[in-house]
Amino acid sequence: MSFPVSRSLFGRRGFQQLSRRSFSISRRALADHVRIIEVGPRDGLQNEKKSIPVETKIELVNRLARTGLRTIEAGSFVAPKWVPQMAASDKVLSSVLNNPPSSPAPVTYQWLLPNSKGLDNYFKVMNTSASAPDGYPTPPPSPQNDDGPALNTSSQDPNAMPASTSGVDSMSKSRGQGSGQKHEVSIFMSATETFSKTNTNCTIQESLDRFRPLMAESKKAGYPVRAYISVALGCPFEGADVDPHRVADIAASLMEMGADELSVADTTGMGTAPATKKLLRTLKEAGIRSEDIAMHFHDTFGQALINTMVSLDHGIRAFDSAVGQLGGCPYSPGATGNVATEDLVYTLHSLGADTGVDLEEVSRIGDWITNEIGKANLSSAGKATLARLKLEGRL
Amino acid sequence: MSFSVSRSLFADHVRIIEVGPRDGLQNEKKSIPVETKIELVNRLARTGLRTIEAGSFVAPKWVPQMAASDKVLSSVLKNPPSSPAPVTYQWLLPNSKGLDNYFKVMNTSASATDGYPTPPPSPQNDDGPALNTSSQDPNAMPASTSGVDSMSKSRGHGSGQKHEVSIFMSATETFSKTNTNCTIQESLDRFRPLMAESKKAGYPVRAYISVALGCPFEGADVDPHRVADIAASLMEMGADELSVADTTGMGTAPATKKLLRTLKEAGIRSEDIAMHFHDTFGQALINTMVSLDHGIRAFDSAVGQLGGCPYSPGATGNVATEDLVYTLHSLGADTGVDLEEVSRIGDWITNEIGKENGSSAGKATLARLKLEGRT
Repeated sequence: MSFPVSRSLFGRRGFQQLSRRSFSISRRALADHVRIIEVGPRDGLQNEKKSIPVETKIELVNRLARTGLRTIEAGSFVAPKWVPQMAASDKVLSSVLNNPPSSPAPVTYQWLLPNSKGLDNYFKVMNTSASAPDGYPTPPPSPQNDDGPALNTSSQDPNAMPASTSGVDSMSKSRGQGSGQKHEVSIFMSATETFSKTNTNCTIQESLDRFRPLMAESKKAGYPVRAYISVALGCPFEGADVDPHRVADIAASLMEMGADELSVADTTGMGTAPATKKLLRTLKEAGIRSEDIAMHFHDTFGQALINTMVSLDHGIRAFDSAVGQLGGCPYSPGATGNVATEDLVYTLHSLGADTGVDLEEVSRIGDWITNEIGKANLSSAGKATLARLKLEGRL
Repeated sequence: MSFSVSRSLFADHVRIIEVGPRDGLQNEKKSIPVETKIELVNRLARTGLRTIEAGSFVAPKWVPQMAASDKVLSSVLKNPPSSPAPVTYQWLLPNSKGLDNYFKVMNTSASATDGYPTPPPSPQNDDGPALNTSSQDPNAMPASTSGVDSMSKSRGHGSGQKHEVSIFMSATETFSKTNTNCTIQESLDRFRPLMAESKKAGYPVRAYISVALGCPFEGADVDPHRVADIAASLMEMGADELSVADTTGMGTAPATKKLLRTLKEAGIRSEDIAMHFHDTFGQALINTMVSLDHGIRAFDSAVGQLGGCPYSPGATGNVATEDLVYTLHSLGADTGVDLEEVSRIGDWITNEIGKENGSSAGKATLARLKLEGRT
């Protein structure tokens, strides 16, 4: 069996090098560094039955910022009537801007935008929170039509977008009074037509066409764009065998449209080691660079960490996860959703990788937030770490 | 993608040893009634699992969760669980007294044509510590009057069931002393006659090597050479299989790889090794992949993720059988196990225990069955 551990991950430097730092195969200086994108406050909370108050969301983001995590997806500018769990994301953004969370190193906050209306609301907050010397007039309010379906909708008529009068040229990416914080936006694509039509009422091509101007406008305003490709390793409607070439085509289009990062998502958790390997090879053959890819694994069938190992072997150095295993699977009620940040961090550290993340701090947050949600903490590494902290009197 | 690299005919077949009824239940806070234990074993036997560790002959005062294992064995013998293929049942024996109690049940359950006089009762001294004790004085063992030569391994009126026994060793001195009040060498010396007697009676012996990838007392860096030495000794003593156990779940991919290479270099064949991973830090399936790559084709797991970690209260214990089966099937391996059936059992038994079902693949499978109206 060619599970990569024996070859690329550890074998190249020979038998003797079984030291913990031997998984790096790239010659780049930061080869052993892996970036974790914490999606608990967005993907996690979005898929929890219970909505939490905005104060708790803000507290969650503040606590996460202290752990060493460098990228936090903190909310989604989707209408609350579609995704109630994401209500008041604008307030979360305001809080981050006006009361910058303290962090050991500058944090990048990401905000999911289902459509141009979401982008408008995002800009609105960004503008009104600008400090006096950087300020400029508030742009006119966006049209109020909003007839999209539940998640990640791009159904708004692009012609209804407001004119660019907000002086976006003078907007800077960095905010928060010197905290060094950065802000990025993220958009959502589906890898299968059925998922695209069911989720966003449009085809994949229509979706790409609708996001093109949104991405351009965002980047012009100085906000990098992350693009998710969901159901990349299995679709609740079309099944487990999603064509990796389809994923690669969409990836290439998104890169051409200016995406700064792709998050390839195993939305249903159906991904397996062989399928992940095949997908990564196909992406590589299509010319997508590993540096531009983050993998987003769900642990619905317990395969997230295995798929992570396969991805590391293919040069992937960015992974999405959710503290306390927040989230769930809307297609498998009662099942697991996002991979837990604690488990991901433990795994990466066990291989000698550097994440900059304090596992103990994340474990404490996992304990707290699952308590707030009212769910059991299902992160194995989280619970084990908490048990040890408790024994040591350091909870 | 084909993961088989061995030339052996059954390269793609992986055997799963279901330890839920023993290792799982043993590490649950709540004890369940013997009727439920019997029901659990019966249900598991129907899933296609070929090896089930069904109980432990340890004194209930030490491990209350294992009480009435003799009744479970009796039930398996007298009312053989129906199964798609013959099942091997394993019984943990902490010491010679456990072996005596095991023989007692085996003898009294023998059918009339195979019967012979019940052996004299064993001495009643029993001052061992909680788990896996070998503290009984070997000189106190009963004489071999039970006609063990005529005992057959197969019981249960033609069901083809087989029975094996298992014993427990520690990979570190501290764990050995804390857990069994004796050194590793003393433990080996105590088990030597037990193993000989068991094999003479026709019952193969499985030997666990616990804390092989991390010890709650000595830490994560357990010397793999120590594990290899113990493994070699056990094989010389006649062990039919070794179960190398990551008791604390501290095992990592690099450490697992190193251990397996060290075992191989020490001359231990992959065919003689089963890996027993705990998922305390979420590494069980990763470690399983590493093991598959090293030719291991037998793994222990517990349905519904039964179990826990006595050293990390509240933490995960055994890897879930559902997750293991899903993983193996996803690689193209054949286990003979019906994932849907195991998932239903995981749902039922965690409910009986009163705990959350911690198996991801189990929950996902149950969700699908529910949608399809087939739970």
